[in-house]
Amino acid sequence: MGPGSDMYRQQILDHYKNPRNYGEIEDATFSHVGENPMCGDEIRIDVKLEDDEETIAGAAFRGDGCAISQAAASMFSQELRGKTLDELAEMDRDDVIDMLGVDISPMRVKCAVLAEKVAQDGADIYRGELDLEKTTTEEDSEDE
Amino acid sequence: MSTQDIEPLDIERIREDFPILERTVGDDVPLVYLDNGATSQTPEQVVDAIVDYYHGYNANVHRGVHQLSQEASIAYEEAHDRVAEFIGADGREEIVFTKNTTEAMNLVAYAWGLAELGPGDEVVLTEMEHHASLVTWQQVAKRTGATVEYIPIDGDGQLDMDAAGDLVTDDTKMVSAVHVSNTLGTVNPVSELADLAHEHDAYAFIDGAQAVPTRPVDVGDIDADFYAFSGHKMAGPTGIGVLYGKEHILEAMQPYLYGGDMIRKVTFEDSTWNDLPWKFEAGTPLIAQAVGLDAAIDYLEDIGMERVQRHEERLSRYAYERLSEFDDVEIYGPSPDQGRGGLVAFNVGSVHAHDLASIVNDYGVAIRAGDHCTQPLHDTLGVAASARASFYVYNTEAEIDVLVDAIDDARELFA
Ligand SMILES: Cc1ncc(COP(=O)(O)O)c(C=O)c1O
Repeated sequence: MGPGSDMYRQQILDHYKNPRNYGEIEDATFSHVGENPMCGDEIRIDVKLEDDEETIAGAAFRGDGCAISQAAASMFSQELRGKTLDELAEMDRDDVIDMLGVDISPMRVKCAVLAEKVAQDGADIYRGELDLEKTTTEEDSEDE
Repeated sequence: MSTQDIEPLDIERIREDFPILERTVGDDVPLVYLDNGATSQTPEQVVDAIVDYYHGYNANVHRGVHQLSQEASIAYEEAHDRVAEFIGADGREEIVFTKNTTEAMNLVAYAWGLAELGPGDEVVLTEMEHHASLVTWQQVAKRTGATVEYIPIDGDGQLDMDAAGDLVTDDTKMVSAVHVSNTLGTVNPVSELADLAHEHDAYAFIDGAQAVPTRPVDVGDIDADFYAFSGHKMAGPTGIGVLYGKEHILEAMQPYLYGGDMIRKVTFEDSTWNDLPWKFEAGTPLIAQAVGLDAAIDYLEDIGMERVQRHEERLSRYAYERLSEFDDVEIYGPSPDQGRGGLVAFNVGSVHAHDLASIVNDYGVAIRAGDHCTQPLHDTLGVAASARASFYVYNTEAEIDVLVDAIDDARELFA
């Protein structure tokens, strides 16, 4: 192995190659999609709530894109289980980076947080607090 | 002089002119800069010329009788002459300074396109256009009711010139084509395209952003009506680009930006326009950048553009061959034998281009990942993104070896 590749530790590569909770939830409570224009990543997340309509019973995702975005979605789908929607709303990018357990270079943070943003926007739409077709990580400076 | 006689570059000497190449990145690994298609590094000679301007004769141009303004005005005007000579234009009247290639394209699209195009008119582009030209003509066509057609590419990333012959008709008013593709490396037959346009009384706009930095270009030989490029990709500073236009065409065009410097006489009721090229350079222009571009041309001409071209072709061939050693690497564009510019865009197996760029960055290697502003071309290639290594006068085969080793490690990581 070469000098660095810190971002691509075993755990990330494992989740990328063998994504957990990959697929759909037939009777999902809500579902939302988002993209990260920088890498062309796209992720759809399905969330199923418990009967209390607060606690997440399970989540699934499907998508396409770079290893960081897809591994983060896989790990995040595991993380979501048992959380309440309020707890989800309080999560921020540091939680995602802690979850990934590696240093994410500044240019790649958007890849890492895509799944979290999609889940949060999906929950807000479900609760009627947001109206949005598709989540997108904020505008990137154009490519040359 | 036959091509065999062209002496290779003295790269060690050249590298001394670029202090940035001595820096390290990440964990103290030496920088390997292979993103020259996006922007090239700047030699000391160019930085010095800009410093001399600010230390010695910084002043506004065309506005003062004082000595500093005279000196600055002369340097600024002479930079136009220098560019004209460099690309074989007839004189400064044909050289308009803009902020970059993109603005040069927009200048023509606004000043000529909005005025001249209408329903039934056609603009013919290529499938490998950079967004600078593709988006600009697409939007001007929408506003004027004109239609846009695209000359397709074949499996080798070459233009289908038979299709071009059918697409360009008497309804065509503009053929706008990239000279060297920033993604495929294809060197397009631009003088053939210009001839084709002229047979139908259309204009030819050639995007030379990747060509002028890397090979001898003569706009007269091409017979281009418009030609554009950027200083920052040719060892010059950011913030300056060039629009070449044939004098009689620029003469007939209305201004693009209004304001100071571009006028001759102004009353409360009306205004008349200054001579070319100043008619298209409203407001205080990019004076320091023009001085820097002038110095960059000196720098490149000292090396010799034929030698730059040979060097680019050599590195591009070497990179192509080394990358071809991997059977899971897909390289886009023509083979080196078909001729290609000094860049290689590729994908490695199932490794996403951005993951690849991040991994090779750990080895100090700077490459580009994404769509390189050619999204529709990537759609045609059937991929969302690609990685691109692009070379300049200071790059070596040894640096390409570093890239290839890093790619090999990325392949193993993702295997
Ligand atoms: C072929 C081509 N055309 C146009 C451009 C746009 O140049 P600029 O960003 O300097 O306007 C570029 C590079 O970015 C290019 O490679």
